[in-house]
Amino acid sequence: MMEPTLSQYLLVSGALFAIGLLGVIVRRNLLIIYMSLELMLNAANVALVAMSRFNGNLDGQVMVFFIITVAAAEVSVGLALIVALYRKRQTADVEDLATMKL
Amino acid sequence: MEGTLFNIFAGLTLLSAFMVVANPFSRNPVTSAMFLVTAMISISGLFVLLGAYFLAAVQILVYAGAVMVLFLFVIMLLDLREAARRKLNLISLAMGIMAVGALFSVYKSSLESTYGEAPQQHEAANTGQAEAKPAKVVGSTRALGQALFSKDNGFILPFEIVSILLLVAMVGVILLSRKEPR
Repeated sequence: MMEPTLSQYLLVSGALFAIGLLGVIVRRNLLIIYMSLELMLNAANVALVAMSRFNGNLDGQVMVFFIITVAAAEVSVGLALIVALYRKRQTADVEDLATMKL
Repeated sequence: MEGTLFNIFAGLTLLSAFMVVANPFSRNPVTSAMFLVTAMISISGLFVLLGAYFLAAVQILVYAGAVMVLFLFVIMLLDLREAARRKLNLISLAMGIMAVGALFSVYKSSLESTYGEAPQQHEAANTGQAEAKPAKVVGSTRALGQALFSKDNGFILPFEIVSILLLVAMVGVILLSRKEPR
């Protein structure tokens, strides 16, 4: 079989991003929304690594390294926020957390 | 060989990502977390195909290891099982699917107009000449470390900033998850 091209990798990355965005928009559970955010970050990572491979430049992979680090920090802070919110409100559903909504 | 592996990993990635978002069999967050693990592992397979060996290892260590343990801890801590089924708002569901579908189709068509026929025409135009393709980089640990820490055009300052960010995140998490002294 043929070697996969850059546009194939970018297509996979875009589809992954679209699935993650769909999860953020459609789902109502805070934890699932958070997992979908992780999927979107990983879609960006796939695109960056593919670009770095096909352009012969290692800087994209360094960027992915930083993104993974920041994403780990983001997950820990976000999950702590969700736990703190759950302690106050006893719910993890965004429909019940709409006090700021008009 | 590479194409087959690409198809397998890409299909597995998209399938398990879809199962994270919309699992038709179960609404349990633990199943979503497990499918997120398979998605991360197949993404790291894609990284291996792209020659980013170090990042593939880091992906498995950080995502499939640390992040997923954190997710599962929080899911077990919150005990969300009783709120499993709830009526979906059909209008917002349709709107979400439409918006994401429109965005993805724009992305796909722009991708096709950029990479679709142009490279073949380009190749047909200068057959015979050896095309100056950039060398394929391999993201081994040594190469990535040299790119990260090289003296003249390295990323030493961002590296230090990220380590401070990790420290801040650690302190913030401890502060957030502490019970309020009252």
